[in-house]
Amino acid sequence: MTEQLHRTPLHGMHVSLGAKMTGFAGFDMPIQYPAGVLAEHLHVRGQAGLFDVSHMGQVILRPKSGSLRDAALALERLIPMDVVGLAEGRQRYGLFTNAVGGILDDLMVANRGDHLFLVVNAACKAQDVALLRTGLGDVCEVEVLERGLLAVQGPGAEAALARLHADVALMRFMDVRALNLRGIPVVVSRSGYTGEDGFEISVPAEMTVDLTRWLLEDPSVLPIGLGARDSLRLEAGLCLYGQDIDANTTPVEAALKWAIPAVRRTGGARAGGFPGADVILGQIEAGAARLRVGLVPEGRAPMRPGVSLHQTADGPALGSVTSGGFGPSLGGPLAMGYLPAELSAPGTVVFGLLRGKMSAVRVVPLPFVKPGFKRA
Amino acid sequence: MLKYTEEHEWLKLDGDEVIVGITEHAAEQLGDLVFVELPEEGKTVVKGEEIVTIESVKAASDIVAPLDGQITEINPAIVETPALVNEDPLENGWFFKMTLADPSELDGLMDEDEYREYIA
Repeated sequence: MTEQLHRTPLHGMHVSLGAKMTGFAGFDMPIQYPAGVLAEHLHVRGQAGLFDVSHMGQVILRPKSGSLRDAALALERLIPMDVVGLAEGRQRYGLFTNAVGGILDDLMVANRGDHLFLVVNAACKAQDVALLRTGLGDVCEVEVLERGLLAVQGPGAEAALARLHADVALMRFMDVRALNLRGIPVVVSRSGYTGEDGFEISVPAEMTVDLTRWLLEDPSVLPIGLGARDSLRLEAGLCLYGQDIDANTTPVEAALKWAIPAVRRTGGARAGGFPGADVILGQIEAGAARLRVGLVPEGRAPMRPGVSLHQTADGPALGSVTSGGFGPSLGGPLAMGYLPAELSAPGTVVFGLLRGKMSAVRVVPLPFVKPGFKRA
Repeated sequence: MLKYTEEHEWLKLDGDEVIVGITEHAAEQLGDLVFVELPEEGKTVVKGEEIVTIESVKAASDIVAPLDGQITEINPAIVETPALVNEDPLENGWFFKMTLADPSELDGLMDEDEYREYIA
């Protein structure tokens, strides 16, 4: 570990707030603040939390022709989503796929009128940018932004951000707008990674500290570390790239086929035409042999990633836990993992091998907690 | 007077028994505990043997037997409410009581000053 960790624009602020720092995707990031993971998690569900997600990659695709449709069509070569049909000011979730139908990264794509705006995972950023330059550099300028990215999440997020700009209250889930917050030009999306209502704010790097200070002036807003970010997204049933999804899991196996719209499926107007289309479209038709499921251990012991899953207490391993821990809002252990399709129905009881002992685990529907998105 | 192990346990002599728990430093490093599994009362244990499993919101860890001996009593309150260990590690958050095979071995453990130096 001699490699120097990168720092976000808020690094000094995290340290001065008393955060415990840890290396994550090459960045020195806050794992928790003095309040601790449990309190931080519950604060986001009850009020509002502020997350520094500046480590994530922010990328702009600008069509050389000037026509956004050209950029959208080019991006559709790499991603099985409907980018062409994405309205200006709207954002969608998508996946980069590989030739065998595996997932190279998950991302958000926003239509910003004259360009597309992408937010990708920190650990995949370099690979994604290379993929974009190779895959659509003929059609688009690929620009990597060095900006801050903040997430304000929780039922109080709208009120907290509305103090800086009343118009955020007019946005609904997955809307994207450019706004000026007391002189700071930002791009705001109504989205997040917690299962709560909230916003992600792309902000010029040098103004990230000021914006953070203003948001934290609201006593209902607490800074939240990566520890609670993980337990929040797990309760919301959201995948963590590199854990729940990777180059060896397909979107259908990962229970993410909802992210592939009819227009890109067999029979659609722009069916296929993305890496691994034969595998993925075949699985949409015929089903996948294994599926990502929600799991609730019947005891109180959390099951962490890597715990093997068995149909019977003396049977062979048929799958494993990919994310797992304790859900503060659920008040008990929870996990996600992969099981053969025939064992994936909610209510099915399987066994997890925990410290040499077989413990019962129940398959449950995802998410574990009801989302608070503002859809209407 | 408390004695300390390098595994961040404290031991308090209480008649023929010692009470064992984890230090404030350990509780803070572990983060919020959400699960504790304690050994059976009456179990004979060997120094260094993993006898307690604890899980925080972050990770699983083991607590080892501080010395050779026999478990005489466990604290059911921390199984029911693991957060007690974070709130009060030195009193209500104790883990178990044990008799020592050789009480003189206590002398080989760190005292408070030595432990403070150890974690500094």
